[in-house]
Amino acid sequence: MGDPLFLHGVDLGAFVIALVKVVVAFAALLVSVLLMIWFERKAISDMQNRIGPNRAGPFGILQTLADGTKLFFKEDLLPERADRVVFRLAPYLALLPAFLVFTIVPVGGVVTIAHHVVELQVADPPIGILLLLALSSVAVYGTMLAGWSSGSKYPLLGSVRASAQMISYEAAMGLTVVMVILEAHSLSTRAIVDSQAPHFWMWNVLRLGVVPFAIFFVASTAELNRPPFDLAEGESELGGGFHTEYSSIRFALFFLAEFMNTVTMSAIVVTLFFGGPDGPGFHVVRWLWPILWFVGKTTVFCYVQVWIRASLPRMRYDQLMELGWKQLIPLSLAWLLIVAGVIESASWGLGLIGACLVAGLLLAQALRVARRRREALAAAELRTVGLRPLVDGGEGRG
Amino acid sequence: MGLLDDLRFFGGFKQTLKQVVSPRVTTEYPKAKRPKPPRLHGRHVLNRYEDGMEKCIGCELCAAVCPADCIYVRGADNPEDAPVSPGERFGFVYEINYLRCIHCDMCVEACPTEAITESKLFEFSFTSRADAIYTRAELLVDDDGRPKRLPWEDWREGEDAHTSGWMRATAPSGAAAYEGTVQWSGELGYGVRPPEGGQSGRRDDAATGNISIREVAARKIPVRLGGKVR
Repeated sequence: MGDPLFLHGVDLGAFVIALVKVVVAFAALLVSVLLMIWFERKAISDMQNRIGPNRAGPFGILQTLADGTKLFFKEDLLPERADRVVFRLAPYLALLPAFLVFTIVPVGGVVTIAHHVVELQVADPPIGILLLLALSSVAVYGTMLAGWSSGSKYPLLGSVRASAQMISYEAAMGLTVVMVILEAHSLSTRAIVDSQAPHFWMWNVLRLGVVPFAIFFVASTAELNRPPFDLAEGESELGGGFHTEYSSIRFALFFLAEFMNTVTMSAIVVTLFFGGPDGPGFHVVRWLWPILWFVGKTTVFCYVQVWIRASLPRMRYDQLMELGWKQLIPLSLAWLLIVAGVIESASWGLGLIGACLVAGLLLAQALRVARRRREALAAAELRTVGLRPLVDGGEGRG
Repeated sequence: MGLLDDLRFFGGFKQTLKQVVSPRVTTEYPKAKRPKPPRLHGRHVLNRYEDGMEKCIGCELCAAVCPADCIYVRGADNPEDAPVSPGERFGFVYEINYLRCIHCDMCVEACPTEAITESKLFEFSFTSRADAIYTRAELLVDDDGRPKRLPWEDWREGEDAHTSGWMRATAPSGAAAYEGTVQWSGELGYGVRPPEGGQSGRRDDAATGNISIREVAARKIPVRLGGKVR
């Protein structure tokens, strides 16, 4: 397997095509981020009864460009106690994975240019989707090092939160990706997309049941530190979180990375669960329709991300951890077993469904008992302190 | 936390989608402005009688009552051949420093001749301290009875028509029986202004510049709450 572009060795044509693909993807991604920031601000202002940016360009579409230009010309502060090298490096570590993850996303179908079979995606490595998991782990470094190297308390707290959170949710995310791999029999994103063609009922979101998609979507939102999981930024308690000390263009890079991640993760969701560029096409400009389908689906998920941000309040940290470890990971583990069983044979599938149900009920019971004991313990502790009498205004029982 | 509680959590998503189709509460401010209430405290004007005489008699009561100490008045005897005001004296110097003025309207209440009232203009800015001090030349209404428009003031059409809202809001005697009764003199260009309706029922909103907040906001209020939005 692997990229068919390099099947017959690397000649000049293949090299040029690869180069063009990289440049086009880079430019398209940057433009999409510009649009995404504008889109998010517009969509969220719709949901908040506001008008949103409307000054720069038609409908304010150039607002991001104006903001970026402004940030570029601002003073770049470097805290005195910062680790200078790491402080400068961190924004790029955050940005790089956001760019690289997009390389494995199939944007369109397969076309033939000058006797070269060209897949419309930057690269189709045989390890495919593993690159996503690897790079999303690298993204932790950007956030973590940014907070740590700032030499300041709140950024450090933000980065500690971020690393714990990203590691917790990576497990659930990885397990759902495994289900997709089991279904597609391949790690290559192109193969994953092809296995979901040509009908929409072949899409993984339906074939695997909606649960893996839901888990992946929640986990990826948490992985990106997007609301309601943006505890690493936590404006209300951490004053901006890991990027508190950043200013000027470095701050802009974090912003760029965050929104690029949003776009990229929407594209990954579409690739894994919604058939990527799959959709009905027409005979005129045959290569264009898959791209349009892909862009359309990705836009929908970008909107959903904004919708989530507008609707949900930020979670408390213990709620975040509880959702990750006690709900998403067991659920995805059980679902993975069921998916594996059903793929193997019907009897295995039914057996594993039964086993998972029993295990789930046991787990739920165990959690209930634990909670009851905790509450009893808390009540007992309160009893020793005593309740202040309300009427006599005295000291209360000490 | 039961399963039903978990599902209720998705109510927020419905709410935000509903907001998308509901009307905007914000306006595109510098381009479009909300109507201003007639009693709004803006920058002052010095009024004139219908015959063009100034109302100010230079009594300095406004300067005395001003809590921000921003008014400076000096009276002078009217020149016998060309009197400025109908009485004995007139406001020879009249200055208001808008860097200090808090627009409390106590000067308007203190004024015995309704000479000083407040217009609805509050959108003005200056780049030097000297510009912040408005003198008699700037405060006095022009020959049509309209406030003078300075280059740094943002006047919109019709805003200069109602410059004495607060004065006409209540009876000068303070007694409820006088509500809606004219107790003030005529103004250049406008004649005797009608009183605000208040609770008397004799109201002429077009003439007084009165606006019902409910009517203004009706486009944003759903029908079931008495607005116009379906």
